[in-house]
Amino acid sequence: MIKPLLLVIAVWLVAWFSVKSLAGLRLASPRGQRLVDIAIPILFGVWLLVLWELVVRAFGIPSVLLPAPSMIWARIISSVPTLWADFRQTYLKAVVAGYVLGCGSGFITAIIVDRVPFLRKGLLPIGNLVAALPVVGIAPIMVMWFGFDWPSKAAVVIIMTFFPMLVNTVAGLAASGHMESDLMRTYGSSYWQTLLKLRLPAAMPFIFNALKINSTLALIGAIVAEFFGTPIVGMGFRISAEIGRMNVDMVWAEIFVAALAGSLSYGLIALVERAVTFWHPSYRN
Amino acid sequence: MTFLRDKLFPVTTVLLIILALWYLLAIFLNAPFERDQAQRSGTQLSTSQLIANTMHQERPVLPAPHQVAEEIRKTVFDVRPTSKRSLVYHGGVTLSSTLLGFVMGTLLGILLAVGIVHSRTLDKSLMPWIIASQTIPILAVAPMIIVVLNAVGMTGLLPKAMISTYLSFFPVAVGMVKGLRSPEIMHLDLMRTYSASASQVFWKLRWPAALPYLFTSMKIAVAISLVGAIVGELPTGAVAGLGARLLAGSYYGQTVQIWAALIAASLMAAVLVALVGLAAHVVNRRMGLQASEARR
Repeated sequence: MIKPLLLVIAVWLVAWFSVKSLAGLRLASPRGQRLVDIAIPILFGVWLLVLWELVVRAFGIPSVLLPAPSMIWARIISSVPTLWADFRQTYLKAVVAGYVLGCGSGFITAIIVDRVPFLRKGLLPIGNLVAALPVVGIAPIMVMWFGFDWPSKAAVVIIMTFFPMLVNTVAGLAASGHMESDLMRTYGSSYWQTLLKLRLPAAMPFIFNALKINSTLALIGAIVAEFFGTPIVGMGFRISAEIGRMNVDMVWAEIFVAALAGSLSYGLIALVERAVTFWHPSYRN
Repeated sequence: MTFLRDKLFPVTTVLLIILALWYLLAIFLNAPFERDQAQRSGTQLSTSQLIANTMHQERPVLPAPHQVAEEIRKTVFDVRPTSKRSLVYHGGVTLSSTLLGFVMGTLLGILLAVGIVHSRTLDKSLMPWIIASQTIPILAVAPMIIVVLNAVGMTGLLPKAMISTYLSFFPVAVGMVKGLRSPEIMHLDLMRTYSASASQVFWKLRWPAALPYLFTSMKIAVAISLVGAIVGELPTGAVAGLGARLLAGSYYGQTVQIWAALIAASLMAAVLVALVGLAAHVVNRRMGLQASEARR
């Protein structure tokens, strides 16, 4: 018991010092510094994986509890077709459809709400409240209404993504300054011109914030909805079914796919955001 | 008066409209079943009879609001709070794991933030992973954590609370990093001219400056803890809690029960968020923050 413990502590110390020395590195060239800044978290992650593998092997942790990363990777490689089928069912059908419809309707509702002050006063407090509610709970009802296949999951995703989009867009539309609005008025611009040329661009950081929040929420919504009933394919179905058979490595493989999909879609949105809101102070150097 | 005109009146109007839409939808969705029943027994239904029937179905597609209210009243007041049929009992189970997870998550988040602010290594290495950890749909791991911990012999409150912890530490950590870094350079320099130690700078400048951020993050954290607790109750085979109530309802087609659990969960979320907001208000007031500043 003592020997593996010492080994783990030794590796942990090596990991800590290597990350620390890299973090202490200050380079003259900004490009080199950026490379170092990217390398630090990657190194940290690699050490984390090494430690995980080491702890599992050294202490002989049963794979039902926590499988080693190598084991999970082997499982991923050996079951690519299943993972792809699940991914297609959950992500490409339910999440994408629900995400587009939910964000789109939230956006359009926000424009209408913004035009009608009475609605803004009445609907916004309720929207704020609903954004804090456990909306996932709607899943069993949607499964009853729309059946076991992906439309019911898409419906859950629509409802989950609608309110964050609504609240954020309304806040964003109020974000443009008085000076700019006055300037637009002196130009004699119409409501639509002000909306398209000033207020929507000014609202973009808020809208992208909602898009980012929603990209995670959508995946959660679709997976959790599958716990309540699904055809025999899908990430949520696979997770709950393989847990029942104590195939924890398959569950981890599924989680890996979900994490990858989540991170990639988040990264994609972040890239588009950079391109659209290049003028925002947080991107200027 | 402005409160009445700008807040109460519009909100009530919108709520009434939602309620009316709910009734209409209930009639529309429940009518096919009634028509089907009438056709089978060979009787003719008048429209008013049809509408009246859709309001009192045993297992409606969409229960009317008064049915849900009646179910909540029955399960809250008519049964003993310790009984398994009581909504108070299930709500209590969910609430206890929500609060435990929320407290643990807040503490973890604060600890991480303090570490990140004071150590360059942690800042550079840990911060990107904290953010990346949230692009993972962690709720998907929830059933596994529960089942695995059950297999080791950890049952009851703690596994569920750990899911809430995982969900709630993130907003607190991110908010607190922002908050602990919010003091201006000028103030930090002033502390240095006083030759204040690191702990003095922390307790007298950074911590007070971070408190408004802490409460804003805690509002998000408490709401998300509740979601974690509910989802954590799903895979335990529907034993106890609002999540179990949802699952049992969906197994047996008890729509009224699902809606009652859903409304109860929503009320609980609203009350919890309001309580944190109240605490924020009181603390900010005592620290001398103006009301306009406090409302961030």
